[in-house]
Amino acid sequence: MADVKQKPFITIGRQLITPLLAIATAMLITVPIIGFTLNWDWAKVAVTYGGLLDGALFKQYAFANTLVSAIPLMFTGLALALGFRTGVFNIGASGQFLMGATCAVFVGYAIPLPPLIHPLVALIAGAIGGGLWGAIPGFLKARFGSHEVINTIMLNYLAFFLQDWLVKNPMKDPSPTIVRTPEILATAIIPRFYDRLHWGLAIALMAAYGVGWLLSKTTFGFELRTVGSSPEAARYAGMKIGRLTVLSLTLSGALAGLGGAVQILGVDRAMPVLYSSDYGFDAIPVALLGQNQPIGVLLAAVLFGALRNGSDVMQLRSGGAVSKEVIFIVQAVILLFVAAPAIVRWIYRLKLPKSQLETAPLTRGWG
Amino acid sequence: MEEITGFLKLALITATPIALGAYAGILSERAGVVNIAIEGMMLTGALVAQLTAMYLYAPLQAAGIPAAEIASLCLGVIAGILAGALLGGLHSITSIRFKADQIISGTVINLLAWGMTGWIYQRWMTATAPTAPGTFPRIPIPGLRQIPVLGDLLFNHQPIVYTMLLLTGVIHYVLFYTPWGLHVRSVGEHPRAADTVGINVERVRYISTIVGGAIAGLAGVWLTLEQVGSFTLRMSAGRGFIALAAMIFGRWTPLGAFGTSLLFGLGTALQIRAASLASASAGLAMIPTQLYQAIPYLLTIIVLAGFGGKATPPAASGQPYEK
Amino acid sequence: MSASLSPLPALSHPALEAVEITKRFSGVVANDAVSFSLEPGEIHVLLGENGAGKSTLMNILYGLQKPDQGEIWVGGKAVRLDGPKDAIQQGVVMVHQHFMLVPVFTVLENIVLGVEQTRGQWGQLGVLERAKPARQIQALADQLSLQVDLNAKVGELPVGVQQKVEIIKALYRGARILILDEPTAVLTPTEATELFELLRRLTQQGLSIVLITHKLKECLAIADRISVMRQGKMVGTVYPQQASESLLAEMMVGRKVILQVEKPLMQAGAPVLQTRRLVVWDDRHQPAVNGVDLTVCAGEILGIAGVQGNGQTELSEALTGLRSPAQGQIDILGQDQTGASPRQLIEQGLAHVPEDRGKNGIVKTYSLADNAVLCTYYQPPFAKKGLIRPGAIARQATQLIQEFDIRPANPRVLAGSLSGGNQQKLIMARELSRGAKLLIACQPTRGVDIGAIELIHRRIIAARNQGMGVLLISSELDEILALSDRIAVMYQGKVLETLAIAEATRERLGCLMAGMVQS
Repeated sequence: MADVKQKPFITIGRQLITPLLAIATAMLITVPIIGFTLNWDWAKVAVTYGGLLDGALFKQYAFANTLVSAIPLMFTGLALALGFRTGVFNIGASGQFLMGATCAVFVGYAIPLPPLIHPLVALIAGAIGGGLWGAIPGFLKARFGSHEVINTIMLNYLAFFLQDWLVKNPMKDPSPTIVRTPEILATAIIPRFYDRLHWGLAIALMAAYGVGWLLSKTTFGFELRTVGSSPEAARYAGMKIGRLTVLSLTLSGALAGLGGAVQILGVDRAMPVLYSSDYGFDAIPVALLGQNQPIGVLLAAVLFGALRNGSDVMQLRSGGAVSKEVIFIVQAVILLFVAAPAIVRWIYRLKLPKSQLETAPLTRGWG
Repeated sequence: MEEITGFLKLALITATPIALGAYAGILSERAGVVNIAIEGMMLTGALVAQLTAMYLYAPLQAAGIPAAEIASLCLGVIAGILAGALLGGLHSITSIRFKADQIISGTVINLLAWGMTGWIYQRWMTATAPTAPGTFPRIPIPGLRQIPVLGDLLFNHQPIVYTMLLLTGVIHYVLFYTPWGLHVRSVGEHPRAADTVGINVERVRYISTIVGGAIAGLAGVWLTLEQVGSFTLRMSAGRGFIALAAMIFGRWTPLGAFGTSLLFGLGTALQIRAASLASASAGLAMIPTQLYQAIPYLLTIIVLAGFGGKATPPAASGQPYEK
Repeated sequence: MSASLSPLPALSHPALEAVEITKRFSGVVANDAVSFSLEPGEIHVLLGENGAGKSTLMNILYGLQKPDQGEIWVGGKAVRLDGPKDAIQQGVVMVHQHFMLVPVFTVLENIVLGVEQTRGQWGQLGVLERAKPARQIQALADQLSLQVDLNAKVGELPVGVQQKVEIIKALYRGARILILDEPTAVLTPTEATELFELLRRLTQQGLSIVLITHKLKECLAIADRISVMRQGKMVGTVYPQQASESLLAEMMVGRKVILQVEKPLMQAGAPVLQTRRLVVWDDRHQPAVNGVDLTVCAGEILGIAGVQGNGQTELSEALTGLRSPAQGQIDILGQDQTGASPRQLIEQGLAHVPEDRGKNGIVKTYSLADNAVLCTYYQPPFAKKGLIRPGAIARQATQLIQEFDIRPANPRVLAGSLSGGNQQKLIMARELSRGAKLLIACQPTRGVDIGAIELIHRRIIAARNQGMGVLLISSELDEILALSDRIAVMYQGKVLETLAIAEATRERLGCLMAGMVQS
């Protein structure tokens, strides 16, 4: 029986135990990895590890930069969280992010518009680009029943090839030697307010609020969640499953695309070839670590932004010996622990009560 | 004629890792464990095989072992297979013992593979790395090689291509003609029924997923020790996911997956030959290379839309078994 | 038959004995020091409500679960059962209510599964032997005069045949003791009689049989002895000669049970549901409903009797908009609603209690309150301009909880944590709260306790008394007889006959359910 008379304080504490232990364990696991890489030279290990912390938090403007790195993860994390809450596993946030960025950069450099209007239009273009890229697997799932996991992965590659072609051909900046698009017009830039930190942060916060509001306060959100929790019950209750599936992947894609647009307008201002990033894949552990709640996602994104920035400095300080890709191991471990709380309980011999519906799968099989 | 044979041969060769990946998927999914970690298992297998071959080559040479090249390559193959099996074991522990969501467990392994391979590559396989032994030579099969057309197409390959062809038959036999195959399929279709007749559901799932992991590792070995001769970051390039599509389109049967893999192989061969095709005619030169590159991925989407919905996966696929 | 009745404990050991078995599941005691013994050659019926602990006890005797305390004796020896394999080795085999057959396997493959023979020395990787086991199985089947096609796919066989496959499968494994869990749930009365004859033949060959059921009538018809369980405890063991239905019901529930609901005579009103030549396909594009004409009037209950799988599921899905009919017409409240969506039908005044409550009826991860408005969440007062109003939803939930005695009485608890009976009460409450004119109730009391059954039955009758038209689909003949004003019998997708309650005898319905039309 679910005891609902528990004190809310204790409930929140219990909810936090698993993520916190996951983070702590993941960080601990990097110690021997780094140690081994550096032949157990503990002085070097300390410098390297210090680099991780410095890069993430303590260097000048480090925290501002951590937030800058966290902003795109906030968007893709929200995209994934919205997907999980509504029953789709959107691994395609990378491709949607890329399409959003491509659309935004085009509006940014090719269409002259007055200030304020310009970034707004570019952001909308980005959301539409990402949304359409998400709508494709949504449609394929609703119409043909093909699983969105494979299709979104395929669309990531297709987005990559499409962007590659666009940047090398019609969207190529004629002047410079490196292959990239022209820089966006000054009117389209999302301005900075503290070092590199830009107002995209405010947009991310609004998006998080919007996702929470949509899911918990509106009837549309109720429908989306019902389809996610039990499609059969949703059908029984008269909801249109196919339409809702397409919409949830479209919305999810739009969030990722918005992230791509914000990144272009706020940080990069032009798009080079190989503008692929891991924002889409990082979003999976971000969403799950944030327990698919908007606030949780924001916090998890900050953590991952910190790891990302820290890992750059870490690689530098280790003299190039420790690859920054080590951070993927941290992410894998965090994801593993969050996805299988039984492992945390087993390692730490915790007697946490098993939540009633823990075994309900987050994703479904191929059916 | 020779061009066509060459093209088909290229298709068969590029189909090899996809077919092997698909067999890995078939083994674990037939037993009821969804495996989207084939990509990561391949990548890890590729790295570990290369690393092993690389670091054993010089010592073996120094020890005066004849054919040190081949010996180090063979040890690399074993290491790559073991690495795949290890990840298969990890996937089965998280999804069977700890009942984690299997798609997330697969994602964990993919992330882990990127992290581990990136880390090891950066530290041990860049500037200071020893010389690698290269790739396996072709081993023409005496007698059969002399058959016109077919001889070159089928019997003049490197060893992993042969292994793939062999495994197609072996897995088909094991799944559909042996008690073990009956057990695997019953566990994937109706684990409770299998349990009630005394079949150890978890054991069957462990073994199938681990053997599947080993085969995915072998698919990765093909990349380094048979195709390229060196490792590059994320060199599996989505083949593990295409293998899943081949598995689904092949309706979870080895023969079907083999056929589908050949189809994907043709797509890749087309992409590889794009340059020479482009030089042959001005019209073809207009087609951007990105479009050729996109073919296998587009094909996967179309194939899934056309047939995925109608294919019935093993009924218990993706569900942890609760007693 | 009476030979096995004489209690001679000193001379022979019981075939199977459970001694003081205790089993707890996360705090709930499923078996509380339960003892049970099965004499050689007897048919011992284990009777109890859902959740009384019968299945747990049998799972323990079959090695599927381990007892926390207690011992199991087979043929006078204490045994340790670490899994079904051990039980099978002891000659104990169980036939589950939901058959443990792999639908995509052939009959032969299902029977040999786990006890295969191979050619060659390769063990489990050798070639699966088919011819020899086929001969052995055929011999077994002949001995019991059962006819089964060994190469047929099990999923394509009728359930009655699947059950025979299960029994042959048990015998092929050398079963001496058979445990049958609710074996008649899916059978026609005729098939049930056939099954009982088969079981009797098996006891004559020396087998001992435990039969689990909650049906009082069949229990009295077949048993040599009857043991009754309630709330995890063994209440007692009686001989059928000493027992009656009401005595057994009282033992099962622990209080006097009113087996009949009072039902005033009603004048039926205008038709609320009419179907004409309705044809509905199943998932394999075969006609599951094949030309059905039905009429349900306001203020009457039309019962659809029939063995499961004769098209009732597809019929209910078509009537509720979950499956589009292939041909024919559906009129609801006098309007053509063929092919209407579930939402349109709900808004037209349809209430629906679905067959599979866990899958369709509730969202397990939602609170009781959210489930209470699952079909009306978008309507005022629960929503306004697309925004949800949690206050109104909570008030609605609180009211339904009171009216239907749903426990725990807390709108915030997750629906998935409720017992089956309370989940069903919640669904019933939700569907009857909308002021609907037509109720389609599918298996409304399947797997729920007697208390909930009484309440649900009273509510259905009350709805009918207030002028609602009710289509009741149930495979429990007793339920159909207790509630219906008229009864239609479905067989292989057709309605064979529609009888007024006065002319519907159990025997006549039984014949119709088996497809026999009296001339």
